Amino acid sequence: MDKTLQAFGLAAALAVGMAGVALAQPSEIRIGVALEPPALDPTAGAAEAIDIVVYQNVFEGLTRIDQNGAVQPGLASAWSISDDGLTYTFTLQDGVTFHDGTSFDAEDVKFTFDRILSEDSVNAHKEFFTPITSVTVIDPLTVEMTLDHVIGRFLFDLGRGDAVIVAPESADNNANEPIGTGPFAFVQWDKGSRVVLEAYGPYWGEPVHLSKATYVFIGDTATVTNALLAGDIDGTNNFAAEAMAVFENNPQFKVLVGTTEGETILTTNNKKPPFDNLKVRQAMAHAIDRQAIIDGATYGYGVPIGAPFAPHNPYYVDLTGTYPFDIEAARALLAEAGYPDGFSATLKLPPVAYARLSGQIIASQFAKVGIELELINVEWAQWIEDVYSNKDYDLTIISHVEPFDIGNYANPDYYYGYDNPDFQALIETLNGTTDEAKRQELAIEAQTILAKDAVNGYLFELAQTGVWNAKLSGMWQNSPIEGLVLRDIKWAE
Amino acid sequence: MIVYILRRFLGFAATLLVAALVIFLLLDLLPGDPAQFILGMNATPESVARLRMQMGLDVPAPQRFAGWIWGMLQGDFGMSYTQRAPVAHLIWDRLGVTAPLSLFAMLISMVVGLPLGILAARRRGKALDTAIMVLAQTGVAVPSFWFGMLLALLFAVTLGWLPPGGFTPWHEDAGAALRSLVLPSLALALPQASILARVMRTALVDVTGQDFIRTARAKGLTMGEAVWRHGVRNALLPVLTILGLQFAFLIAGTIIVENVFYLPGLGRLIFTAISQRDLTLVRGATIVLIIAVTLTMLVTDLAYGLVDPRLREGPPS
Repeated sequence: MDKTLQAFGLAAALAVGMAGVALAQPSEIRIGVALEPPALDPTAGAAEAIDIVVYQNVFEGLTRIDQNGAVQPGLASAWSISDDGLTYTFTLQDGVTFHDGTSFDAEDVKFTFDRILSEDSVNAHKEFFTPITSVTVIDPLTVEMTLDHVIGRFLFDLGRGDAVIVAPESADNNANEPIGTGPFAFVQWDKGSRVVLEAYGPYWGEPVHLSKATYVFIGDTATVTNALLAGDIDGTNNFAAEAMAVFENNPQFKVLVGTTEGETILTTNNKKPPFDNLKVRQAMAHAIDRQAIIDGATYGYGVPIGAPFAPHNPYYVDLTGTYPFDIEAARALLAEAGYPDGFSATLKLPPVAYARLSGQIIASQFAKVGIELELINVEWAQWIEDVYSNKDYDLTIISHVEPFDIGNYANPDYYYGYDNPDFQALIETLNGTTDEAKRQELAIEAQTILAKDAVNGYLFELAQTGVWNAKLSGMWQNSPIEGLVLRDIKWAE
Repeated sequence: MIVYILRRFLGFAATLLVAALVIFLLLDLLPGDPAQFILGMNATPESVARLRMQMGLDVPAPQRFAGWIWGMLQGDFGMSYTQRAPVAHLIWDRLGVTAPLSLFAMLISMVVGLPLGILAARRRGKALDTAIMVLAQTGVAVPSFWFGMLLALLFAVTLGWLPPGGFTPWHEDAGAALRSLVLPSLALALPQASILARVMRTALVDVTGQDFIRTARAKGLTMGEAVWRHGVRNALLPVLTILGLQFAFLIAGTIIVENVFYLPGLGRLIFTAISQRDLTLVRGATIVLIIAVTLTMLVTDLAYGLVDPRLREGPPS
């Protein structure tokens, strides 16, 4: 009898011991991030660094965007849209709690959107949600939203970091102590150094694989390289392209190259002569050799684009052949436009490597058709004031990183200075369309118009260049929305 | 001695005021509106105007300068607009890294540099002297960020003895905190130690040729005793001058080294604050560094007075 008990005890001990071994598998991850977020509330700041840490990890919205850019159910398990497209009824997930233990219900949804829309709101994208006229609590698990006009991508907008659900009890402290409903709870933030997240036990959804995630802030490329090689960090999703070669043939690491939402463009002041002349813009488009720019400015990692649209987007259409690289055609068009000897202009470059490098290459390409560019390096603050706000520029190079930002071209006061009523009408129709097939058709038409009008020089899509420990899987290859989603990341057994 | 100290203190205060004015003017002249920058590209003109008002940018410059100085006298360094926290608090947090880092670097450079300098001077013209001087020359020439990376490659990547960077807070694990400061201190200390060794050697060589050393020898002291009891003390004057100057270089060096080793120190704070246009923070942190440097100069001046009594009396009237 005693013996049996002992044997039983031994077996139990062994089982516990083995469970212990299983748990001892590495389930922590340390991720290198170049920029430290200024705060951790994604509903009160535009910085991408905020979303990198908290989006879909600490905070969740009614919907969520998956790695293909598609809308998936989030805190809303289901929804229905009225026939006129103006009323959305959301059924909420049951049994959801915030990390401070308070429960999530329809009141939190109402609070979140009332806060976004309030007078003193500092939401970076309030404009996406201003069409909401009312948020009504039907019962604790049902919310109804009404819009004053149809928004075709409303469900996508609800999945953005700007629309994550916050609780009235904790919202005011989210900047320094974020409390959401996500699979990871915030633990601590050592300013200047790191943010620590831990898996949240009572998470309502599928449990995550990692038990702990630490974001380490490292700016310098050589330093990130050392940290990766020394194993101080397990990966980073945005490694400097020029040093990728260090890891490409190293079996201990895997390199994940994908696309982001960053369309790098040669922004052209369409209101200012000679750029108000379509022929001049077409000539410039012909004078651009995209591959040379991609090779020189991104070490070959960018993807050429012919319109301001991300290649991973389901609505994307390849328009890179609209004005192929052709110096003769460029010269002919310039002559037709009345500039047989070309002209000179300025090119203002913000302090990012891709812009400064692309600028030099474009200047030499344009010189071949007679366009003399004077390169002017500016700081970010100066760029925003001179170029973006005061529109005091000829040309500039910048990556527009917001998902689905083609609508900016419908704003004649935007710094592009592009004023095309037909395009504006088209975007209005697109925004008011919810039918997927129809939306795709309209989006393709919009891209085609912008490509043909050569509004800006469309150069390349910024690459996402991830370097990760080879034993890790589940990282997003593409980045259809700002964030570094930990949900599926796990260590190999 | 009291007049000497008073005069030094007056100079200290005047230097600080001029430095504050220069910082204020320089940051004021920077192109780009900080309010627009903080709110980003999609901000409405009204919200930019509101933030400008909140930041006190709508007040005339002389008034802002006076307000800033007055606030600092009361210990109020203003609020950081990107981090939404008091500047004084942010700086204090970061000093927990930068102060020990520069102190360790200073200690290492003295412990390594001074004995090497003395050794080289005592073996002047011999192989050891040449070896030390070649080493020192190399040490001066190697930039600290590069040396830091080499250190990280060797001790962190290859050998795995020390972390390649990062910082564990003191209250969490003091041993780990100390370990994370070893490589950065070494990287910072190398050029300083080299300079110190060279200065110490030259000063000591100069001094040993002087009459009072011969007198000491004539009184029966061995060369070693003469150098140790009379030479080193007299050679310390130029070394002190260099030490004071070096502290300023050390502080500036932390900006680079903290970035290489991703340490949450004052240098990195300033670096990010500049790129985020957080002018209140840049101003506050810079003035703290200037106070540290001028304070060191003051201490150096006072130390002169201790080492060399002739300096206490001031110019003959």
